[in-house]
Amino acid sequence: MKQDIILAGVGGQGILSIAYVIDNAALADGLFFKQAEVHGMAQRGGAVQSHMRLSDGAIWSDLIPKGQADMILSVEPLEALRYLDYLRPDGIVVTSSTPYRNIPDYPEIDRVLEAVRRAPRTVVVDSEKLAKEAGTVKAQNIVLLGAAASFLILKEESLLATIDALFRPRGPVVLEANLKAFALGRKAALGS
Amino acid sequence: MSRQILLGDEAVALGAVHAGLSAAYSYPGTPASEILEHLVRLAAETKAFTAVWSVNEKVAYEEALGASYAGKRALVSFKHVGLNVAADPFMNSAITGANGGLLVVSADDPGMHSSQNEQDSRYYVQFAKIPGFEPSDHQEAYDMAREAFDVSERFGLPVLMRLVTRLSHSRSPVVTREPRPQNGLKKGAAKDWILLPGNAKRRFGQLLDRQSEMVRYGESSRFNVLQLADGDRKLGVIASGVAYNYFREAVAGDPAPPSFLKISTYPLPTDLVRKLVGHVDTVLVLEDGYPFIEREIQGLFGIPGKTVLGKLTGTLPASGELTPDIVRPALGRPALPALPPSGLPLAGRPPQLCVGCPHADTFKALTKALEGEAGSNVFSDIGCYTLGALPPYNAIHSCVCMGASIGMARGASDVGLHPAVSVIGDSTFAHSGITPLLGAARADTDMTVIILDNATTAMTGGQPTYGSGERLLRLIEGLGVPKEHLRTIEPLPKNHDQNVRIIKEEIAHRGLSVVVAVRECVQEQRKKRS
Repeated sequence: MKQDIILAGVGGQGILSIAYVIDNAALADGLFFKQAEVHGMAQRGGAVQSHMRLSDGAIWSDLIPKGQADMILSVEPLEALRYLDYLRPDGIVVTSSTPYRNIPDYPEIDRVLEAVRRAPRTVVVDSEKLAKEAGTVKAQNIVLLGAAASFLILKEESLLATIDALFRPRGPVVLEANLKAFALGRKAALGS
Repeated sequence: MSRQILLGDEAVALGAVHAGLSAAYSYPGTPASEILEHLVRLAAETKAFTAVWSVNEKVAYEEALGASYAGKRALVSFKHVGLNVAADPFMNSAITGANGGLLVVSADDPGMHSSQNEQDSRYYVQFAKIPGFEPSDHQEAYDMAREAFDVSERFGLPVLMRLVTRLSHSRSPVVTREPRPQNGLKKGAAKDWILLPGNAKRRFGQLLDRQSEMVRYGESSRFNVLQLADGDRKLGVIASGVAYNYFREAVAGDPAPPSFLKISTYPLPTDLVRKLVGHVDTVLVLEDGYPFIEREIQGLFGIPGKTVLGKLTGTLPASGELTPDIVRPALGRPALPALPPSGLPLAGRPPQLCVGCPHADTFKALTKALEGEAGSNVFSDIGCYTLGALPPYNAIHSCVCMGASIGMARGASDVGLHPAVSVIGDSTFAHSGITPLLGAARADTDMTVIILDNATTAMTGGQPTYGSGERLLRLIEGLGVPKEHLRTIEPLPKNHDQNVRIIKEEIAHRGLSVVVAVRECVQEQRKKRS
């Protein structure tokens, strides 16, 4: 049993929080994992990605070879496209439809989403709308994690327990919003 | 024994703590910052040892060396170019030797994710003639850090561990073991530590005498793994560090993988290399960084009857970071099938200054003030403000190394360039800007130094700085900068016109002036609010 995931987004969108939840859920599930991430200069509003490898056996490379990712999980649609060559021919793209426009030449969003949907399997969720519905627009990353949850080899209760541990110190309102964001993302993915 | 999720950097840090660490020093720099960050956290929790952000890497090295002299186990860590700053005490500490175990951690950045070069710290290991370690994964990073201290005390020498970005910034579970107690105090022997020529000659001779013992240590180290295949003897692989992982990834599931030697210690375990080379016709060398091992075994003339492949032969690219996708074809394996690119032209998304960043306002004012000054040059430095090179600012003309902006502006001014402007952050100024400004103040050089005081080391995640606010102003005055040409501005959009005027006045002054732009980093403000 193994799963390779490319996490993608823009610096500041909470990619590392998604990675944190998956890492800790994997530890609770007794899996091996390696998760390569980006720190430093690229974090400042630039494109960021993390290679997440889960397995019940030994994992060698910290980086996923091209053509071997089972999933691209992106908090931003243009960023989802950047790593398509990492995806297996039967892999799945789980992405937000909400563009993050901090560059002057951002393509038309309809063309971006059309290109995303050309991937063999796609789940596209409106993370901005769902996060607002959950109570905070900041929870878009957790909406996406929820959208991916049914396709992950991790136990849902392990994911939820880690979300709980991550957000409980920030107060009941933040915790509640993130748990709801997860549930809304999960539901939206199953309906898409 | 427990299982913890750790960054590669954190695994080294925890290994050091469990080896009985008493003191750790560093200056922030990607990808090494997380080593001391973790130690600062653990030190605050346990109060069992000291962990300090030093003023710069040279100072950090000397502080660690002092702790070692006193008999305690000490660690000093930095990014690869930080070792250049610390090179003087580093090279000489190979002659004095270490008393308590001294672990030097240098994190290289192949591919230059956040650096100005991709120099390979293994050359420093060879240069200083000390033992070196290169882990492949997190568990090794932890285990080697522990063993490195024993090796340091066994040889009485500092030991260098080389990391690379890919391991420093990857997370994985690590199994930890019982901690070892710290050393007691035990002074170093003065005759070894006073490097007068007579002592230094004797010590250097002793260092040379220990070289073969270091090789033998490597030959018996469990971290070096030799596996000779019975079947196909055409190809053998020598791999080190993360390149070893890419090799194993490419041949995973192969019924008959090639013979290989994993190298994790330096100087090279000669006997193991001989055995591998003797067993096969062609040797492929896989290493992240420079072709260090390849050059060592190839020499000038190669090995008669054998073919050595690697970066020198063009089998692998000579620059950039290795990846599984580069290593796979070098082993003759076809690429895996993958999705084609979307066809949509993908706009790049380079890093940029944060919304509301004070540097943005300073750059806007500076660029405006320099309008019409065709011959002007803005020498910049290392920090977030280096992003002032990118649109929409296009405000700077150089970024070389920590503190270079002030010395370079003086040199340019000395040969007639006007306006010569230097832009440097408060942390970089404390690191390496004070000494060149001291010289420029004595000469009253015609230049304008702009110090961006955002009260933090921002690019690497907000570590403390030494000279900020009033303390910084008093320091600058103390260096001999005339008070009437030491100005402060608050970089805010509403102050733009006034800031332009002040910078213009100081550029017009044909002597030294310093303009300090004071406003806190927005990321740090946000952290305090939350």
